[in-house]
Amino acid sequence: MTAVVGPPTVTTVGPVPAGGPPPGRRRRALRLRAAAGFACGAALLFAVAPLVLSDFRLSLLAKYLCLAMVAVGVGIAWGRGGMLTLGQGVFFGLGGYAMAMHLKLADAGPGAMPDFMQLYGQLDELPVWWRPFASPWFALPATVLLPMAVAFGLGSLVFRRRVRGAYFAILSQALAAAMVILLVGQQGTTGGTNGLTDIQGFFGYDLDDPVNQRMVYFVIAACLLGLLVLARQLIQSRYGELLVAVRDGEERVRFLGYDPASVKLVAYVVAAGMAGLAGALFVPAVGIISPALIGIVPSIEFVIGVAVGGRATLLGPVLGAVAVAWARTALSERFPGTWTYLQGLLFVLVVAFLPGGLASLVALARRRGDDGPPGRFTLWRKRSRTETVA
Amino acid sequence: MTLFRGRRILAGAMTLVAAVALTACGSKTSDTDTAAGVSADTSGDTVKVGLLNSLSGTMAISEVTVRDAIMLAVEEINAVGGVLGKKVEPVGEDGASDWPTFAEKAEKLISQDRVAAVFGCWTSASRKAVKPVFEKNKALLFYPVQYEGLEQSPYIFYTGATTNQQIVPGLDYLKAQGKKSVYLVGSDYVFPRTANKIIKAYAAANGMTVLGEDYAPLGSTEFGTIVNKVKSSKVDAVFNTLNGDSNVAFFKEYTSAGLTAASMPVVSVSIAEEEVKGIGTQYLADQLTAWNYYQTTPGAANEKFVAAYKAKFGPDKPTSDPMEAAYVSVHLWKAMVEKAGTFEVEKVRAAADGITFEAPEGLVTVDGTTQHIAKTARIGKVGADGLITEVWNSGQPIKPDPYLKSYPWATGLS
Repeated sequence: MTAVVGPPTVTTVGPVPAGGPPPGRRRRALRLRAAAGFACGAALLFAVAPLVLSDFRLSLLAKYLCLAMVAVGVGIAWGRGGMLTLGQGVFFGLGGYAMAMHLKLADAGPGAMPDFMQLYGQLDELPVWWRPFASPWFALPATVLLPMAVAFGLGSLVFRRRVRGAYFAILSQALAAAMVILLVGQQGTTGGTNGLTDIQGFFGYDLDDPVNQRMVYFVIAACLLGLLVLARQLIQSRYGELLVAVRDGEERVRFLGYDPASVKLVAYVVAAGMAGLAGALFVPAVGIISPALIGIVPSIEFVIGVAVGGRATLLGPVLGAVAVAWARTALSERFPGTWTYLQGLLFVLVVAFLPGGLASLVALARRRGDDGPPGRFTLWRKRSRTETVA
Repeated sequence: MTLFRGRRILAGAMTLVAAVALTACGSKTSDTDTAAGVSADTSGDTVKVGLLNSLSGTMAISEVTVRDAIMLAVEEINAVGGVLGKKVEPVGEDGASDWPTFAEKAEKLISQDRVAAVFGCWTSASRKAVKPVFEKNKALLFYPVQYEGLEQSPYIFYTGATTNQQIVPGLDYLKAQGKKSVYLVGSDYVFPRTANKIIKAYAAANGMTVLGEDYAPLGSTEFGTIVNKVKSSKVDAVFNTLNGDSNVAFFKEYTSAGLTAASMPVVSVSIAEEEVKGIGTQYLADQLTAWNYYQTTPGAANEKFVAAYKAKFGPDKPTSDPMEAAYVSVHLWKAMVEKAGTFEVEKVRAAADGITFEAPEGLVTVDGTTQHIAKTARIGKVGADGLITEVWNSGQPIKPDPYLKSYPWATGLS
């Protein structure tokens, strides 16, 4: 575990090297390249994938992209902010349950109760805390704002008290465990271990229809691209530099007059919001949200995807999350009996030979071909051309 | 947030708008009608069936034995010429003890492999996760494990016991033995909580008192407190719905607290021969279980089943109730398909009512209305050799009643 908890070894943001093009032109070129990369990603997600993949594979991709959204947030909080959050499942779950509660109520019809409550809860009427979720105007914002509020409350307490490193990781993980116990214990109103399943409709669209499944996929792809833009803006802003500075030397930043606690808090809250949105979209894509999806193991799996992809980069976490989820599906279909060993082997190989994740392959390739055009892989590694790869 | 730069936000907003516009294009086509449902691929001289069990994760230890039993049934069927002249080709998938994975693999088996039926699932959570998938695709699932009832999906056949074939007979037995009070111990998930609700309703109507109800998290091994509470309650009997590893810790604690089957018997509904092996017979001596089948159940069909299973998987492998139910489910499917004369799901369902099979547990009959099967309830006692011997049975197969509609005390439960 220490290899994961320890300080990031990969990057430090260096100054723009002397002798390059003037900063203004360079920035414009960078932005152009980012826009081009973004357009390529959009074309891939919106045009190529729907044409190439069957309905079933496309719905799997939708699920992977939801996990990738969580990964974008983890990339900011952990990769950029140095906060190893092993409890993103909590925020994913809050978003997912908020969405699923609304969809269950919408399925049941006005005034009716969801099916499982009548079976397990034997309630006469809807519990008070379920009622607001009948309105989409409450439920939709809640999928993002609720996790952000919880993260804000928790983060304010934790960061002010300067809880960090392994202690923060353990704390966040305990939170995930506590949330699962709470959900399982309240079976009558939360569905217990079964979670909320059998979701039929999505704002009037029948989710059984493959065309609507496709629509859900497009919504998810659009949201992921939106989050990537947001993450890029955040990373490239002065705040983003401050966040990296806090990661690499919290005390120094404090002596410079900044408050590291609020800097970390922003990243933590943003990551929670992203996880909440991912959870909310996961529900129509997969049709289920349950405690098994938000406990300790899935929370760690979010982080594994990010570590495999390369936590300090923008695209690394996304590609890592998708790659890990895809490998899981592909390996378990091909080798149903032994796939877990193969997956473990893959993780070991990445940790042993690519501690910076898959993204460091690109950095390695670039270091080899230093004569190539400068800033060739800018989407992967912005403004960090002088960094060293450990 | 002055930290951000305005132009960038503009650029971001524009791309978002573009993305949303693209999304709108996707949703416009939603009114075109595409029929859901994939029919099984029966064009070749084989027919595929799906095997959906956890081969990894916490449930693997139980579910692998079910997979083995299904494979045995498939082999037997192929040895006598298959179904409707087609060899049965099993396609295995790993549910990985993870409920959404079950849903994903079910979808894969139906839409990619185009199987004629799927056999598997163990936990209620996995069944609840795949149920919408089977209903959406109008495909068949055969579910082989005893469960908490209160369910009746048109696309699931339940070949394990529902509550009135296992839990209610277990309570009847305790009542006949003169037990006036019970203590409920269970793992914290859907089956124990629902089962205990039923037990409490039964107790209230039958003059029994429930002296306590405790839940331990799945996989918990900390039972000191619970066993102390049980002991000090001086209850007549304990009703145990713990699952998996927790049973090991519970019975060790129970025995070391000085409690025995003679002083305070425990009726377990999730401990079969396989689990007895894992817990250790010294902790389980003479304790009671409620099932529909034991390895020791008499009859030629069972002797053949046990012999075939041991020949294939090893002489030290016991057979158990869920394995038997899974084995039976494949044979029942074959009988249904042959009666229907086709693999078409709706016709197979229509042919299901009244199908009988001389199963290892005795004669079973499919009830077409509930899609459960009539089974004989059997109370067993754990012996020193690790096998369970029957001490009581219901005499005849009990008609399935998943919503307990024929029991006056259960009104309001469903």
